[in-house]
Amino acid sequence: MHSLLDVILTTDFAFSVLRVMTPILFAALGALISNRAGIINIGLEGIMLVSALTGVVVSAYTHSAWVGLLAAAMGGTLIAGILAFFTLQFKTHIILGGIAINLFASGGTVFILYLLSGDKGSSTSLPSKVLPSIDIPLIKDIPVLGPILSGHHVLTYAAILAVFVVYYLLNKTPLGLRIRSVGENPHAAQSVGVSVMKTQYIALLLSGFFAGLGGAYMSMGYLSMFSRDMTAGRGWIALAAEAMGRGTTLGTSLTSLLFGAADALSNALQVLKIPAELIGTVPYIATLVGLVVYAINETRRKNNKKLKSKSQPSAK
Amino acid sequence: MFRTSAVILIALIVAFLIISLVSSQPWHTIQIFMFEPVSSKAHIGNVIEMAIPLMFSGLALSLLFKANLFNLGAEGIFYFSGVVAASIAIHAQLGNWLHPAVAVLAGGLVGALLSAIPGILKAKWNASELVTSLMFNSILFGVGLYLLNYKLRDAKAFATVSYKFQPTAILDKLVPGTRIHTGLIVVLVCIVAVHFFLYKTKWGYELRMTGINRNFAEYSGIKTAKVIILVHLIAGFIAGMGGSIEVLGMYNRFQWTALPGYGFDGALVAMLAKNKPFAVIGGAFFLAYIRIGADQMARMSDVPSEMIAIIQAVIILLISAEQFLKFFKNRMLLREAAKDA
Amino acid sequence: MQHELLEMRNITKVYPNGVLANRNVNFALREGEIHAVVGENGAGKSTLMKMMFGMEEPSEGEIIVRGETVKLHSPQDAIDRGIGMVHQHFMLVPSFTVAENMVLGMEPKKGLGIHYDEAARMTLELSRKYNLTVDPHAKVEHLSVGMKQKVEILKALIRGAKILILDEPTAVLTPQETEELFRELKGLRAEGHTIVFISHKLKEVKEICDRITIMRSGRTEGVFDTNSVTEKEISRLMVGRDVVLKYEKDMKPYGEPILQVKNVSSGDEQGKQVLSRVQFSVRAGEIVGIAGVEGNGQAQLVEVLTGSLPASSGMVLISGKDIAANNIREIRKMGVSYIPEDRMRQGAAKEASISDNLISTRYRSKEWNKRGFMDGRKIRKLVDDLISDYKVKCSGPAQEIGMLSGGNMQKVVVARECSTNPKLLIAEQPTRGVDIGAAQFIHQKLIEMRQEGCAIVLVSADLNEIMELSDTLLVMYGGEVVAYIDRPSEVSEEELGLYMLGLQKQSEEEVRRASHL
Repeated sequence: MHSLLDVILTTDFAFSVLRVMTPILFAALGALISNRAGIINIGLEGIMLVSALTGVVVSAYTHSAWVGLLAAAMGGTLIAGILAFFTLQFKTHIILGGIAINLFASGGTVFILYLLSGDKGSSTSLPSKVLPSIDIPLIKDIPVLGPILSGHHVLTYAAILAVFVVYYLLNKTPLGLRIRSVGENPHAAQSVGVSVMKTQYIALLLSGFFAGLGGAYMSMGYLSMFSRDMTAGRGWIALAAEAMGRGTTLGTSLTSLLFGAADALSNALQVLKIPAELIGTVPYIATLVGLVVYAINETRRKNNKKLKSKSQPSAK
Repeated sequence: MFRTSAVILIALIVAFLIISLVSSQPWHTIQIFMFEPVSSKAHIGNVIEMAIPLMFSGLALSLLFKANLFNLGAEGIFYFSGVVAASIAIHAQLGNWLHPAVAVLAGGLVGALLSAIPGILKAKWNASELVTSLMFNSILFGVGLYLLNYKLRDAKAFATVSYKFQPTAILDKLVPGTRIHTGLIVVLVCIVAVHFFLYKTKWGYELRMTGINRNFAEYSGIKTAKVIILVHLIAGFIAGMGGSIEVLGMYNRFQWTALPGYGFDGALVAMLAKNKPFAVIGGAFFLAYIRIGADQMARMSDVPSEMIAIIQAVIILLISAEQFLKFFKNRMLLREAAKDA
Repeated sequence: MQHELLEMRNITKVYPNGVLANRNVNFALREGEIHAVVGENGAGKSTLMKMMFGMEEPSEGEIIVRGETVKLHSPQDAIDRGIGMVHQHFMLVPSFTVAENMVLGMEPKKGLGIHYDEAARMTLELSRKYNLTVDPHAKVEHLSVGMKQKVEILKALIRGAKILILDEPTAVLTPQETEELFRELKGLRAEGHTIVFISHKLKEVKEICDRITIMRSGRTEGVFDTNSVTEKEISRLMVGRDVVLKYEKDMKPYGEPILQVKNVSSGDEQGKQVLSRVQFSVRAGEIVGIAGVEGNGQAQLVEVLTGSLPASSGMVLISGKDIAANNIREIRKMGVSYIPEDRMRQGAAKEASISDNLISTRYRSKEWNKRGFMDGRKIRKLVDDLISDYKVKCSGPAQEIGMLSGGNMQKVVVARECSTNPKLLIAEQPTRGVDIGAAQFIHQKLIEMRQEGCAIVLVSADLNEIMELSDTLLVMYGGEVVAYIDRPSEVSEEELGLYMLGLQKQSEEEVRRASHL
């Protein structure tokens, strides 16, 4: 156990928490926006994957990491747009639609990768670019905090910034009010001329945009290439983070941080020669336990209220 | 029926379009894709072999969908039950037909028990079976892979594979010259049994009513929590058997180092079959056919088999699209109404 | 000749599921009038109004506003042309404040964000102008029904509505709130607004409307000045025959008490007391009516009786046996049948066949099973008999119940519940949303059951129904039984209204007579 603490209580570990949190946070914010509009987007995993590939491919061909980033975000938005088109226009079941996106992404990315590079495993043969990391001038010199907070990938800072943007968007802007009204009572929204379909389109596109940034981070930051199925379940974890965050921006962000920590821990523990296969399950177990605890609490809370009214002497 | 056919037609057209764009010899490639699966006894055998696990998972998913449960856990169960069956196939010393029977039943039981957990969580605390089953997939895969690497792995082999199964454990082949195994009979029996269960027994009735309207079922006196757990048990059992049978029927070592994908494929089969047991056969065969077609295409031409992922996505998106083709129906109705008025 | 403000010509509407809701309907609205649209449930009123408000588009025909032919693709198109609608089920977002609901879709902005102070100011200003007092900062989920309706009307006005469509606005209101609404509507008319008033309460229509359009089975039956037709004439045009709401019941002595409710209290999910010391009994061959404005504990009482909500104190006895420890299935086994209020939510499985819907309460018993399988032949016979006995119009037992009309669907529910020889039948709003023909059939059936010695609890918001059918009557208010009436036919609606609104209450002693001890 001593050595475990040695691993965790380092600035390196704290740094890596933020690093692994980044893609989860992006995707979770995406999940949050679409969920508040009443749409559960389980295609996030696939969207991230497509964006990861798009970023690599476009940056390789344009020789610009930033164009690659833009393309990745647009790619994510486009895939979300396809999902939106089918679920909103053709009334495809949203969960089945999400499955389709995921199936498409996991095979389709390999298909395209193979066509472009002749390799089915990874994009090492493509000269793709990587987005820079940034040292923050004053903060980087502070002891302890400096090495944790400074020197991160530009998209890690973008993710943290995105938390504030999403909060403001959902709670302070007309679009946010409309998104929340559509999610809570679509008929009410429709009756005052708020187009439910349009609002859900926007919400889904935004969720694709954010997941797309998460995907770009995977292949142009976290790693510097695309590899087959590289998102490895982060889209699912993001959905769980949103669920545990109870649909609030703050809750979703904090849960993403927590899951990031669990993920980082599993990386850190590998140093200690604990089988990697088992460590890999830690975030999922954490999510499962978290969800179950939450579900049990919810049920208890409901029952308690009933019991409370039971124990009260009949009032009046 | 009409809609399913239309969707399949569109999916095939999409496939042809992709081939035409990608291939240097599109016509030749399309011919391979379309006809290679029935070009020889071996290839027909391949289609049937592939349809067996698809029928298992399609049947499991049909039951869950019929009960209006979005549980995609068949994926992890296929894998984990496969590990269970493999370890029995390696370590146990049993007679000729008893050995696979025990292995398959053990795999089925483990599948049922694992599947029951999301079921119980759903029934008791209303935890989303979709999310819990997805988490389970990753957990079961991790644990299964650990068992493969640390307990079953044959160090002498070059790849990540288990020790060889005992010859007694391997399923008998039905047709010489192919790998079609006795699992085919098991799955067909399961399909018939599920059909009778669903439409002829009171438990099946409870399952159907719970799926259509849980409030109505509750109101009628059906204990829906029990129904939800029961359907998870049965679906888990079927998926678990499917995983075990696939491992013992097709391989002589356990060699899955990634999730085999049958859970999501099962969702696709169930959708093609509209959750009807007998139609699962057709759905599974169709999917197996285009997959073998794609495999052959990848082998004999310049188009990679992953093209099939795109076709599958098109099928899922269109087949669950309620509005698709409704446009035409609407116009027909309007015309009839005009006649009435 | 007054100006035609809005006209709908030759409107035909076919829904995607094939339902023909409107056939060559014509409708014209004059500026500054209150215009009633009356018709039975399913006559096509709501569909017509949805098209006027852009929620549905006509399959054929045209809509003309102020002389200009328009296509209304969405409510926004209607709002842009000064049309507003107050829906029967309020279109409010519960977790939002009144002000947020008011400005949704037309938010005043400050920079990129919403100008919340301005939203509150706009709400207050309008509320003062039309004398519709609301608190802009209150959360909508905490408002009373009457208040919510005011918010709805203001919502339409703030969007510049000159034409206001009100869909059965009084259905959820107390008589007092109704009067207040009528004052407000007259005020709006005086301000030059035009109002479309959908209802099937003819008295109200006569009281407040200038003209009436009558609809029947998807067609217009005529347009009249209100003072040129009598209620009877309207009713005949609506249903095509004179409505007889008189039923023959022979008087015979009641039997043993089947249901005894003793001092039952219960709380809801929020821990609020919703049932308070309710006590009564129902004897074999007796119909006990439970009247009251909706939301005064009737629903919870039914839940307690049917075993889906535990009583926090008190006892429910069925044939002398406490049901506290029993689940729904066991209670049903004791001979309890239940016609639920909402057939879509509880009463039927929409995508299942009529046959499957008819057997849901008996499929378990040995009688319908043979060697582990359900007895298909026997079930088929039962279903065929029930369909013909209850005159369910359908293509056969395998038809999906969701394809049937409301009345036929309800007949299936009633057939299922009445055909198991129940000792106790709980009928909750048994004729809500069904056509008059089906309603009469169901009423007859309830009386027949009573003659055969079934004990019946009838919960209904339809005063006509409850006063005609009940042998004895309870009135609930605020979770309590506030009145017990042993001769419902002799009590006036006015007196009932006082009890229902909690303005009057019988003494404890009088109410306790309901236990029939």
